[in-house]
Amino acid sequence: MKAKQLRRTFCAAIAGLSICAATVATAAAIKQGGSMIVTYKDDISTLDPAIGYDWQNWSMIKSLFNGLMDYKPGTTELMPDLATGYDISPDGKRYVFKLRKGVKFHNGRELTAEDIKYSIERTVNPKTQSPGQGFFGMIKGFDAMTSGKAQHLSGITVVDPYTVRFDLSRPDATFLHVLAINFAFAVPREAVEKYGADFGKHPVGTGGFRMTEWTLGQRIVFERNRNYYHPGHPKLDRIEFQVGQEPLVALLRLERGEVDILGDGIPPAKFLQTRNDPKYKDMIVEGGQLHTGYVTMNVHIPPFDNLKVRQAVNMAINKARVIRIINGRAVPANQPLPPAMPGYDKNYKGYPYDPAKARKLLAEAGFANGFETELYAMNTDPNPRIAQAIQQDLAKVGIKAALKTLAQSVVIDAGGKKDQAPMIWSGGMAWIADFPDPSNFYGPILGCGGAVPGGWNWAWYCNKKLDAEAAKADAMADPALAAQRIDLWRSIFIDVMKDAPWAPVFNEQRFTMHSRRLGGPDAIFVDPVHIPVNYDTVYAKDVQ
Amino acid sequence: MPGYFLKRLGQMLLILIGISLVTFTLLFLVPADPARQMAGRSATAATVASIRHQLGLDLPFYARYWRYLTRLARGDLGRSYIQKSQVSELIASRLPATLLLMVGAILSELALGIPAGIFAAVRRGRKSDNAIMILSFIGVSAPQFVVGILLLYVFAVQLDWFPIGGYGSFAHLVLPALTLGFLGGGWYSRIMRSSMIDVLRQDYIRTARAKGAGGRRIVFVHALRNVALPVIAMIGLDIGIFMSGVVVVESVFGWPGIGQLVWQAIQRVDIPIIMGVTLVAACFIVLGNFLADIITPWVDPRIRLR
Repeated sequence: MKAKQLRRTFCAAIAGLSICAATVATAAAIKQGGSMIVTYKDDISTLDPAIGYDWQNWSMIKSLFNGLMDYKPGTTELMPDLATGYDISPDGKRYVFKLRKGVKFHNGRELTAEDIKYSIERTVNPKTQSPGQGFFGMIKGFDAMTSGKAQHLSGITVVDPYTVRFDLSRPDATFLHVLAINFAFAVPREAVEKYGADFGKHPVGTGGFRMTEWTLGQRIVFERNRNYYHPGHPKLDRIEFQVGQEPLVALLRLERGEVDILGDGIPPAKFLQTRNDPKYKDMIVEGGQLHTGYVTMNVHIPPFDNLKVRQAVNMAINKARVIRIINGRAVPANQPLPPAMPGYDKNYKGYPYDPAKARKLLAEAGFANGFETELYAMNTDPNPRIAQAIQQDLAKVGIKAALKTLAQSVVIDAGGKKDQAPMIWSGGMAWIADFPDPSNFYGPILGCGGAVPGGWNWAWYCNKKLDAEAAKADAMADPALAAQRIDLWRSIFIDVMKDAPWAPVFNEQRFTMHSRRLGGPDAIFVDPVHIPVNYDTVYAKDVQ
Repeated sequence: MPGYFLKRLGQMLLILIGISLVTFTLLFLVPADPARQMAGRSATAATVASIRHQLGLDLPFYARYWRYLTRLARGDLGRSYIQKSQVSELIASRLPATLLLMVGAILSELALGIPAGIFAAVRRGRKSDNAIMILSFIGVSAPQFVVGILLLYVFAVQLDWFPIGGYGSFAHLVLPALTLGFLGGGWYSRIMRSSMIDVLRQDYIRTARAKGAGGRRIVFVHALRNVALPVIAMIGLDIGIFMSGVVVVESVFGWPGIGQLVWQAIQRVDIPIIMGVTLVAACFIVLGNFLADIITPWVDPRIRLR
């Protein structure tokens, strides 16, 4: 048992050393310095890692703070970050992390294991109102703390200033991913207590950048943390985030060389023209995204309680046409997982587009003359147009779906009610993975746990057998079982498709447009866990 | 006179309370749950219930509204659900930009509308009159988003005379102020033209002409002061129209004002910000009308405040 633990620690240390070696080699080749300007339309809501949960601040927070775990830049491969290594007990319920020594917060104080415990407990504390609280449900004492019966998580123990132990109530293979998400990032207690609810406007972390200016509604400035513990990182000296920039205006400014990254991406109205213009070819990077857009069918609302009807809907939607509506910014989907997610089954063919077969299935289900229903969708472009295309496709097989295009929060509310929304087009609210593990695409949106009032399982699909399989997969915490676990997840999602609670429509592609001043491998510009780019690794060509 | 002010103050307070009640009711009726949005996708029902309780969203309508009013009386507009900052702080940080844009817009609409209206009235029925009226019609009917993007494209991108959006200098102010001014200018030129035509027909103008007064003297010395009355009333009303235009124009030009703030808040159902900005905007409109009422007797001594 001990030998196994030692082997894991050794492997983690070797992995860490190789990454450090790679980091040092890269750092030696690329000079630090220079700056960039990133534009966003909306103001940044907060930079508090326990609160921030939108795609503007997600990546910014990653550059200001760190967690025990992180991902190798440009990949979905986990690596220790604030930790130097970790041990996992054979039953998968105990994790012991050794911390790096000498890591300093931006206020100059050294990080210790107490900070790790404090930061995660802060996220779990109901008073923090963190949207990330639920991710830590596997840690012992979670229920007691969230119900207000305990002030601390009994499952986190500070062994010594550089060792922290986690005891889980169940083995959970996603735990290392959970420690890599922003909600687990380390914050210094004294700074949180000093600023209170305004900590998100005065962030103090251990990250490669520190925030030096925040002019509300105008700009946020990050400057390089000279004491950062990853030598040679980050590459840039300064990043200025300019907010309130209309995407069309931002594109004009990028064309003139005034800004470097379009945080909101290329505006849809100019997408084809910009993408097809040869002069911008070297400025646009395309990559996958951990996203799936789908139509949910509420399995409790007739006639969607009939499998054949759900299968008919899957075969009625012309996905290629829907993708044309969004200027080809996606690839057709045939299963819940996106292609970039481990567990995606590239051999699975799904339900083909076949309106004749769809009509036949409807007739077999007793709806030879079709039926009337409702399709909910979010009311911002392009979602109403996509919903209209789906409506037209459904009409061709006899399904008359009345469109209900509403504000995002109203659609989310309708989806969370068991008897309200027969069908929902997920666009604008679709699932983008919180972390690159297939488990994240099951529990909340396809598992029985999500099929509750206020939940995100809008199909209200609950297959207890698959739930048991999912629990089995998540219990395979031993890294040696990783491949077997992914195989199990693959089969779970294909089994879900046999019941067809969703009609998967497309997986969005990312197109990042950057100025010619910026350098870095393409993978950095479409980093699967950093949107729009990995701020720590892009570099300025003008200082090389 | 003090009685008049007290009476108006009371009326203004009642209007503001009425606006707060209507807005609060509408937001109460929106079928969306801010607690759920805050709790995120991984939250359990218990977490959502806990947040709802902390925010007081589980209270009955009257209790929630009373709580809001009592806090408002202490100057507390609450904390943003999403940004977590004090709403008063968020509004205060953005108000100077909106006020600056408002001043710029009012000046530009007056500068565009008044001369155009006078000119059209004097040249009534001629081609130049028709041209001005067509332009003013375009001004009042063109969407501000389109006007803004057009001005940006021509004067910032093609001619490079002004920066492409942003905030911080006089040059940044010109295009957004002109975009708003184009709409207001259209209205002012139409009002100015019809008032001027009415006044120029009056007996005292005929008398002045008979006494040998020149065209310019008649327009600027004898007619203008009487023509100004509807324009002053219009400025008071204009603040309300301006408040709706500011949301679009601030978004197009990246102008960091309260219009942008409320637009983002609406998208995220951030009720404290929506309430706060609505009340601040309502204060401006009420105050604008009040100021217009006070100025009117100063321009026209025949009018008395009662």
